[in-house]
This record gives sequence, C-alpha cells and structure tokens, in this order.
Amino acid sequence: MALLQISEPGQSAAPHQHKLAVGIDLGTTNSLVATVRSGMSSVLIDDDGHALLPSVVRYLADGNVDVGYEAQAAQSIDPANTIVSAKRFMGRSLAEIDVSTQPYHFVENASGTEKQSASEKPFETKKMVRIQTRAGVKSAVEISAEILKSLKTRAEKSLGGELVGAVITVPAYFDDAQRQATKDAARLAGLNVLRLLNEPTAAAVAYGLDNNVAGTYVIYDLGGGTFDVSILKLSKGVFEVLSTNGDSALGGDDFDRRIFCWLLEQSHCKPLNANDTRLLLTKAREAKEWLTDHANAQITSVLSTGEVIDLTLSAKKFNELTQTLVAKTLNPTKKALRDADLSIDDIKGVVMVGGATRMPQIRLAVADFFKQTPLTNLDPDKVVALGAAIQANTLAGNKSDADLLLLDVIPLSLGLETMGGLVEKVIPRNSTLPIARAQEFTTFKDGQTAMSIHVLQGERELVSDCRSLAKFELRGIPPLVAGSARIRVTFTVDADGLLSVSAREMTTNIEANIVVKPSYGLSEEQILTMLQSSFGAAETDKQARALAEAKVEATSLILAIEAALQQDSALLTQSEIESILAALADLKTLSNGQDSQAIHQATEALNVATEAFAAKRMDASVSRALSGKSVESLDL
Amino acid sequence: MSALNTGIADNHTYFELFGLTPQFNLDLAKLESNYRSIQSASHPDRFVTASPAEKLRSMQTATLANEAYQALKNPASRAQYLLALQGVDAIAETNTAMPADFLMQQMEWREAIDDARQAKNIDALDSLLAEIQQESRALQARLVDSIDDKKNLALATDATRKLIFIDKVCADIKQLIARLEE
Repeated sequence: MALLQISEPGQSAAPHQHKLAVGIDLGTTNSLVATVRSGMSSVLIDDDGHALLPSVVRYLADGNVDVGYEAQAAQSIDPANTIVSAKRFMGRSLAEIDVSTQPYHFVENASGTEKQSASEKPFETKKMVRIQTRAGVKSAVEISAEILKSLKTRAEKSLGGELVGAVITVPAYFDDAQRQATKDAARLAGLNVLRLLNEPTAAAVAYGLDNNVAGTYVIYDLGGGTFDVSILKLSKGVFEVLSTNGDSALGGDDFDRRIFCWLLEQSHCKPLNANDTRLLLTKAREAKEWLTDHANAQITSVLSTGEVIDLTLSAKKFNELTQTLVAKTLNPTKKALRDADLSIDDIKGVVMVGGATRMPQIRLAVADFFKQTPLTNLDPDKVVALGAAIQANTLAGNKSDADLLLLDVIPLSLGLETMGGLVEKVIPRNSTLPIARAQEFTTFKDGQTAMSIHVLQGERELVSDCRSLAKFELRGIPPLVAGSARIRVTFTVDADGLLSVSAREMTTNIEANIVVKPSYGLSEEQILTMLQSSFGAAETDKQARALAEAKVEATSLILAIEAALQQDSALLTQSEIESILAALADLKTLSNGQDSQAIHQATEALNVATEAFAAKRMDASVSRALSGKSVESLDL
Repeated sequence: MSALNTGIADNHTYFELFGLTPQFNLDLAKLESNYRSIQSASHPDRFVTASPAEKLRSMQTATLANEAYQALKNPASRAQYLLALQGVDAIAETNTAMPADFLMQQMEWREAIDDARQAKNIDALDSLLAEIQQESRALQARLVDSIDDKKNLALATDATRKLIFIDKVCADIKQLIARLEE
C-alpha cells in the first residue's frame, strides 16, 4: 500500500510543490541514494562526507544494527553476524549459493523436499535462504531493508522532509523472485517504490541526458555480484531496451575469490576459520583494487593462528587467474547482440557501469570486443543512482513536461509447467513491458472448483532446468462438467518486471480467486508480521494506523479525480459527471469519520465510478499524441 | 491472433490503433513513431501517482500497444494478421499441404543445420542464416504483390505460411548458435 506523505487529510497538498523523491542504487558491495535538486542529479552524502554506503549490516549484541562503514570494519572480527553482499541471496535457495567461502550460518526454511514439479505431491515451497544471527534468523530481504532504512534516513535528513517515493534499481537480469524480494525489502523499510528500475537502463538515463546523442548503446554493467549487459536505443527522450542478458551470479566478488584461492594455495596454510576467511577475502579485494593502478600488490596478513601471509600478486598473474571470468561476461554480450539482431558495427557507444569495470583487463576486453573505446566519463559507482534519481524526479510528478520515456523488457522468458515436466513459454524474453498474455485451461474432473498453475522463468525446456517462480492457485471456479469450463488465465508483467495473474471462467464470467505461493519469497503474512513487529503490537495503534492509511488513500484519490474533472469534464455527459460527484461527496464525508472499512468501500466505489472516465481520458490523450499535438500532462 | 480486446482499440484493429492503412507494405518509420506517441501518452510511468482507474487503463493501453506493435513490426505476424482480418487463418489445421519444392528446401536446410551442429560449425550456421533471410525477403516482396496489389488470398496465404515457417527456422538457428557459443 502506498504510504503517501500528506500531513492532514482534508488539507490539499500544493499541486506544484516539489515532491521529494530519490533514486536508490541497492548494490551488492555499495549502496547510494541520489536526488534531483534544481534540475541537477546528485548523490547524497552522509555526515562524514561519504557518498557510498557499504552494503554491510551487522547485528549487535545490544539489539542495535550497524549499517555501512562501521559494520564493514567489524566484518573480520564478527563474521557470523556481519552480513556482506546480501544481494547475492535475494530470492535464492541454499542450493543455489556457493557456501564455500561464506562464514554465515545458513538456515534453509524448506520442509526438505526439493521437488520442482507441481504434479508430484506434495509441492513444497522452497523458500529463500536465511542466515542465523545473534538477532535471530534473517533473510536477505530484512538485511536489505536495514540498508534501505539507512539511506532513507540520510535522504530525509538531507532534504529536510519525508519522501514521496523512491526508484530502486535492480540488475536487469534479476528474475521475478529477486525483484519481488527487493520490493518487499523497500516495504519493510517504509519506502514507497515508484518503480523498480533496471541498473543498465538507469545508467543509460544518466549518460543519455548527459551526452544527448541518439543511437544504439551497449551498457556493460559489472557490479560486485551481478553482471548485466543491455542494448538500448536512444532517440528524442525515448530509451528503448532492445535486449538484455547477463549473469546474476557473476561480479567483482568472484574476482576477489580467485585471489583468495590463490592465497590459500600459495601460503599452504591450514583450513581457515570464519574470521580468517573474511580477513583474507578483504585483503584479496584490496589487492584487486590496488592492481587497477599498480603492477604489483603486496598482500600481508597475520591470521588468528599466528600464521603469516606475505605474498606479492602481479597484475599479470591476476589477469591469468581471472581470465575465464572476463570471458564469461562476453557470452551474454554476444547473446544480447543476437537477440537484438545487431552486430558490433551498429553500436554507437559502450558504457561501463559498476566499480568492477575499473579493472584494466575488463576495459581492454570490452574495447577489443566492440572495437571501440568504452565511455567512462561518469563515475561508474554513481551513475546508476544518478539515473534512478532522474527517473524518480519524473515519476513523482516534478517535471511538468515529462519528456523521458523508458521502455524496458523482461529479461527471462516466463512459462508454465505442462505434462511431463515440460515448460511451455508464455511470455518470451526481451518482450517490451508492460505485457500480457492469455492462456485457456479447462478442468479434468466434474465439478472441479480449483486449479493450480506453476509458473517458471528461464529459457530451457524442462521444469528442472528453469527457476520456479510461484504456484498460483485458482479457487472459486464454478463447478461444471469436466472439460467444459473455459478458464482464461491472463499473465501480466508490469513495468517493474513483476508478474501478476488473473483468471476468469468464460462461460459463466466468474472471476477466480488467486492465491499466490511464491517459491522463493516471503508470503504476505510474513511481511505483515515483520511490519507489525517493527511498529509495535498495540491493537489501538494498529487501528489508528489503518484509519490513517485509509484517509490518506481517500484524500489522494479525491485530489486526483477533482483535478481530472477540472481538466476533462467536457468528455462526460451531465449524468456521468453527477454520479462521479455523488461518489466524491460520499467519500469526502466518510473520510472525516472514524470507520476505515467504510472509507475503503467508498474509495472503491469512487474508483469504479470513474473507470469509464479514465478510459475516455486515455482515448483523448492517445488521439492527441497521435495527431502530433503535445501531450498535456495530467495535473494531479 | 488473440487481441486482448481491451483498451483503446476495443473493436479497432491494430492498424487503426496506429493510424495506418492495413497493408503488408508498411511504413515502418511511421509505425515506430506512432507506437512511441501512444506509449508516451499511456505508459504506466506517466501514471505512478494517478488514480487506480487510470492506472488500470494505462496498463491496458500500453500492453495493447506493445502487442500490436510487435504483431505489425514482424513481417510474418503482420501477414498472418492481415489474413486474419480477412477471415483467413494461415496456420489452420486444414491448411497443412505445402508445395513439394518448398518441403525439399526445408529438408535441405534441416540437414545443413544438423551437419553444422555436429561439426560445431558456427560460420556455416551464420551463412545458412543469411541465405534463409534472403529467402524471407523474397517472400516478403511476393506478399506485397499478393496481399496489397493483386489481393489474391490463396497466393498470400501460401506465402505467409512459408514466411512463418522460415521465421521459425531462423529462430532455431539463432538459438543453436547461442548454444554452440557457450
């Protein structure tokens, strides 16, 4: 539910007041928050002048939580409770994680069985992996929420007010489970998500508006834990993603790991404990960064056993150790080009994003592949946040002439499980969003009132080779003779890249009730429990909050409808206007009362009453756009 | 071709949605430009702070625009759609007969693909792809003639089915190349 920041219901917000919105880069290694002020996008710094917030969260003995540099400093002394790179665990099960160098106590929440196929009984939800800390069992969602909370506090302090919303970036190659996990984390942090934005697209926005040259660009984004390559076409303020590919488990961390393994081999030390593992990984990262500008890196360290590590790593050796990783980034790159039907000759520029692209061998490999020098004029650590802030500014409604349009795509195909453990593709990868597809099903038993649909994401043909997203249970199907029901299931992927499902039985026109069981996510109940525990459990508090939320929702709808009527009442007949005004008056009266249920109902009634109006406004808006006249912004 | 029948084009065709004359020889630049105009007006990003009714309409319109754009942009699906508008289902079950020479060519292509796959010869696949795309362009020229100029449904259906077939072969080759490159 959107928590819009309006102080008193009934008080109309000044329509042209600048709305505080930010862009957040929730990175594997570092996170940032940026905003647009006076037309300029800039990263917000903390009290110590830092722009970057290390994505490190430490759970302390006194119940507090450290986020950022403080937590990072403690990672070698308290590795089990200091979580680094939590992004790598978002929407993932234990089986999908390389635990060999992780010092955490992982807990799997599954009931044990690893069956993927819905046709085998019983289907167990696998659940996202969690970590046992001194503060309890934590999922990547909760850990990420701490990082987001920290950035939210920084932003509100810096900007002197409450945020209307945030655009949060995700790797383009994140699947539905990983995206949903990100949105859940934002919700726990009390952030209203305006849009989940793909990191390469965000970078393109920052570069595009900076350089302002039309053409087809490749965004090569190598972060701490993820790799994305996107191909975008820029023209007249429209950023159209042509294709995207990547590896959501490949990043700078893997380069650190190669150095780490080399250190173990060369030093012949005994098997390491958690503290020493974290210590050496940190040294490995420092060496990697040092080698960006130097020919040799000295790695010295004293382990807890007293053993001394003292080795010199040359840039040449480092390149040798990590050659295959670099090559691994080129495969998705080739695939993205093929999917877009392009060759390297069609590419106007290659943009480097992500701290890991500072490595000289990466820049060389990319320059060699594309036969051109990549663009690096914007800080690769900040460019994503800057682009996200630009979009946040537009989406929040600050720009009166909304000239920026981002057309993004779904990175992985969506499919359904069919007989024999096969996947039938319903929505192909690289389809422009939003997209919807309908599929018809029927019942196989007389009187069957429920049905289960297993949705997966991936390019392979077998269920076992794709990622299980969720099981959608359709209930309330009208009982009919087997095979005569025509259940039309519509799969919709929104602009955030998130899937929703609706179903209708066509002969009776009855809408089915859908219960979603995510395979790797938190259920709605779990999230609500977490939210409530963070607010405190008093019953009266809950009711007061529910009432406040209902009033805020009502007020924003009233404002929107009044503005719409002011602009476009000419599209309506007198009686249509009157019925809308009646519903408006009803809602206004009730929203001054204390009955949140009644307010919800009246809000819904007003929504329904204005559906036809919304349709007419859209028709008019599209006609105007097609006839070449400028599209007037909706004064909301 | 299932249009979702929602949004601005209730009872309108994809061509009407974009303000284009229904024909195979399409002004692609105009299609793209009009598609962008519609998205500018209807994309969900424009309605982030709007009422739920407007958000719903936005989703329906933007989704439809994407579907219609993809259908008209691709020559095979455009041809199929044009025939559907005239009541002809190009890929209906009753329509399975293909001319012998076309079947022969398909077999030759399939054999060439298999040989290349076994030999892991990506270059051979690339040149095969180029050859087939050439054939596709020839078919498209024939479609302009049969659908737009002569309005000969039988010839148009024949050419459309071949084009759809060829489209699939090209997609398979591309997928195979991608796998071999791994």
